[in-house]
Amino acid sequence: MAKQISVFLENKAGRLAHVTRVLGDAGINIRALSIADTSDFGILRLIVNDPVNAYSILKKAGFTVSETEVIAVRMPDSPGGLANVLEQMSEEKLNIEYLYAFLGMTDDDALVVFKVEDAEKAKLAFKSKGIGFIDEKELSRI
Amino acid sequence: MLYWDQKKECMPREQLEELQLKRLKETVSRVYSFVPAYKAKMDENGVNPKDIKSLADLKFLPFLTKQDFRDNYPFGLLAVPMRDIVRIQSSSGTTGKPTVTGYTRNDIENWAELMARGLTNAGATSDSVIQIAWGYGLFTGGLGGHYGAEKVGAAVLPASGGNTKRQVMLMHDYGVTMLGCTPSYALVLHEEFLRMGLERSDLRFKSGLFGAEPWSENMRKEIENKWEIDAYDVYGMTELVGPGVATECGCKNGLHIAEDHFIAEIIDPDTGEVLPEGSFGELVITSLTKEALPILRYRTRDLTTINREICSCGRTHARIRKILGRSDDMLIIRGVNVFPSMVESILLQIPGIEPQYQLIVERKNNLDRLEVQVEVSEKIFSDEVKKLEELENTISRELNSGLGIAVKVRLVEPQSITRSEGKAKRIIDKRTI
Repeated sequence: MAKQISVFLENKAGRLAHVTRVLGDAGINIRALSIADTSDFGILRLIVNDPVNAYSILKKAGFTVSETEVIAVRMPDSPGGLANVLEQMSEEKLNIEYLYAFLGMTDDDALVVFKVEDAEKAKLAFKSKGIGFIDEKELSRI
Repeated sequence: MLYWDQKKECMPREQLEELQLKRLKETVSRVYSFVPAYKAKMDENGVNPKDIKSLADLKFLPFLTKQDFRDNYPFGLLAVPMRDIVRIQSSSGTTGKPTVTGYTRNDIENWAELMARGLTNAGATSDSVIQIAWGYGLFTGGLGGHYGAEKVGAAVLPASGGNTKRQVMLMHDYGVTMLGCTPSYALVLHEEFLRMGLERSDLRFKSGLFGAEPWSENMRKEIENKWEIDAYDVYGMTELVGPGVATECGCKNGLHIAEDHFIAEIIDPDTGEVLPEGSFGELVITSLTKEALPILRYRTRDLTTINREICSCGRTHARIRKILGRSDDMLIIRGVNVFPSMVESILLQIPGIEPQYQLIVERKNNLDRLEVQVEVSEKIFSDEVKKLEELENTISRELNSGLGIAVKVRLVEPQSITRSEGKAKRIIDKRTI
């Protein structure tokens, strides 16, 4: 399992710059991110090298923050790599809330972050199907 | 049950009315003799001081309004010469010229007495340490609270408004047992208290007297739960004397009007007619002991009801229901009356919603649009858009059914709504009509 930091942002100029600056100044490196937005607000989702610290720093800076358990799935960085994983998830009836890709890569593999409805079920399914996912420690080393 | 002055506060109704009539007659004749502006009104209505033979005759007297204060700005309504005045206070004048009032030495004494009653109701004794965080100055809150607290014999901390961090430090370091400020500021102080990471068990804080802005019953629960105190309401306005005209007792079931100093009526705000016992309408106040600026039938623009039943605390003085709002604060949106306190009450019923909110009114294509901004706390935040949208819809549905108009809800970041050190600014009306 991996920890994602979620941040509430209003759709206003400079807010994203502010969050990333706060993290940057604290020496925290962003490994993956996505933004889900509506016309009024956005939710910034981050995978960082030090989620515990990032959480407290953002909270201190006055942001509404939460920690979310997500799964970082490893897959071959080749055509059809993501499709294979998604098809197998579909067979297992795993509902995906959202997903986004990593910025940095590892060797020949790609990493995609999944938020699923039932994380335990997903992990069991991935294990039985031989789909690799990486844990917190491994993630922070990337 | 604690009283400041049991004899006066629990005076049998008959005796109280006798006292009221005697004082009313004196007040009317003094005003007729010394306040030409009001004499002119009485003459115009064909009323003479001699016509006031019973309390029921009060209804023959003309109303005094905020406009009269403006027309006679600054000192035209004073009934005594300046040499008898020892204090002048005035309103901020946000809705026009400031409202000015004066006090004789007796007026100051009586005002302190009124506030001493209110503070005692809220638990103050000579052992209390009371922090007054209403603004000191021309605004009546600070000095009103201060004189009352000194009269009780408590140790008073004249903190005035602002400098929130220092306020919390004072509460913590000086063992403050009681706080007087606006209800919204009580919550701002609590936010700061949490930020500073202090221990609740290190505080001696037990109760608070809150006023100077309308607040809902749900807001009371919010303050009481967050601070773990008892929160009491106090009512008043500059024109009438300041805070202390009515104060809540331990029953928290209405505010006792100091009936030995004031007479309260409820009128229909449209026709000016006195409404029967228990009706909801505009509060009209007549002063009975004020010397410098006696008030006859002042239209407060505050909407409430009066209950004359004896309270279970034993006080005989009539109670007004917690003020829902001043008609000045009332928004008319697409013909529907909306008070910020109604919005507050609905919002606070939704779990996890913080009492920080703002109403933005705009007119687009000749149609009024109400937007309610709510801060997103960690309690209601989700990493999923659909959950936050569901929350927006829930809030908007609740407001819609409670207010009777469509409301656009906007979720905003924490601390993005300006915190007030005095009266909270709940409404931003951008309509140009």
